[in-house]
Amino acid sequence: MPFPVPSPASGPVPSPAARPGRIALVACGAIARPAAQAAARHGWPIDVHPLPPLLHNHPERIAGEAEHLLDELAGRYDRFAIGYADCGTYGAIDELCERRGVRRLAGLHCYDLLAGAPQMEATFEAEPGTYVFTDFLVESFERTVVRELGLDRYPELRDDYFGHYTRVVWLAQEPTPARREAAQRAADRMGLPLQVVVTGTSRLDEAMADLLDPDDPRPPAAAS
Amino acid sequence: MTPDEILKGLYDETLAGNGPAVLSLTNQALEMKMEPGTLLFEALIPALEEVGARFERGDYFVPEMLIAGKAMAGSMEVLRPLLADTGVQTIGTFLMGTVKGDVHDIGKNLVNIMLEGAGFEVIDLGVQVAPEKFVAAINEHQPDIVGFSAFLTTTMPMFKANLNALEKAGIRDQVIVMVGGAPVTQEYADVVGADGYAADASATVKRAKALLAERRATVNA
Repeated sequence: MPFPVPSPASGPVPSPAARPGRIALVACGAIARPAAQAAARHGWPIDVHPLPPLLHNHPERIAGEAEHLLDELAGRYDRFAIGYADCGTYGAIDELCERRGVRRLAGLHCYDLLAGAPQMEATFEAEPGTYVFTDFLVESFERTVVRELGLDRYPELRDDYFGHYTRVVWLAQEPTPARREAAQRAADRMGLPLQVVVTGTSRLDEAMADLLDPDDPRPPAAAS
Repeated sequence: MTPDEILKGLYDETLAGNGPAVLSLTNQALEMKMEPGTLLFEALIPALEEVGARFERGDYFVPEMLIAGKAMAGSMEVLRPLLADTGVQTIGTFLMGTVKGDVHDIGKNLVNIMLEGAGFEVIDLGVQVAPEKFVAAINEHQPDIVGFSAFLTTTMPMFKANLNALEKAGIRDQVIVMVGGAPVTQEYADVVGADGYAADASATVKRAKALLAERRATVNA
């Protein structure tokens, strides 16, 4: 079922997606909401089909699950795209995209989509022990980090997981007061200082626009 | 408690990751004059083997494995000097570290747990280990195997830098070099000139044992 989106906002629409019909974006659950919001904001004919965000804890399964969803959606859409960066698949997503003739979001991680790859490279070079939050991670911290890492059951493992990190950098798309509080709480729980970098969503919008560029020479659909 | 009850308790509590209980039982056992080697080989190592087996089956996950490893580590702090005194031999010494520029060590720590569970002595240099630190540690500890761990494609090239440092120090042939980490492949290990690669903690133990047996057979031939 496509990800629900708010009503499209008025405003300038960038160039992409001039093809008729709908496009299925098989996306990581961690960016499904902002991707759907971007599509709605720009009036792009995209349905976002999210995969569970916790797949990120098992990146070796992402390409297989994405392909399975492509298969399920075959015949229902004119075009398909993958709403993942490499995301720790170490080329498996690229191999899938090549084989199925679909495109993916650029970059190594969703951090690149929010802050830009050069900025992230500089961030990690400055401090290798940087743990990165996104809005999604801030909001889902208890579920995606605390419970997944077993810290609810074994709080004494905190330093085993985070002991070598030196800071948290939150790439804030929409830094509401509630999210700021949640981010600070999460960083405190990790025992790390929090640094907020407001990224907005413009880079994600651009990445999606690139994804849907009708002038791209690659085949528009191959989900069969 | 009888010695058998102590051993069963050590096994069960290690499996459950109950560090305080494991430590308490270890101290009780020593007060009862039980042999440190008995505690290691008849309770702690079998418990860690079972932890590894459960992890492979998907019955245990990373937290359970880490907490069991910590429980055993607490006991080993007490037992290690006693084991050395009594001349108990490990099956080999494994020097481990995450390469320079990389702080990710969960995978490395899981491998350490499995190696200790298999009877290796593991010397962990931690994270962000510079090539010269690996060289110094190899000279100091004379390990059978050194393991380089990397989680990032951007830090994997440090494998080659480390190997170059070993060559330059004239100690490359003294030690088996294994590499591993999420982005690492057998092809990459071959390209950088490592002796061994394994995809996960369990495979690392098997590969380490095999490489060690090969090396010892060659030396003894």
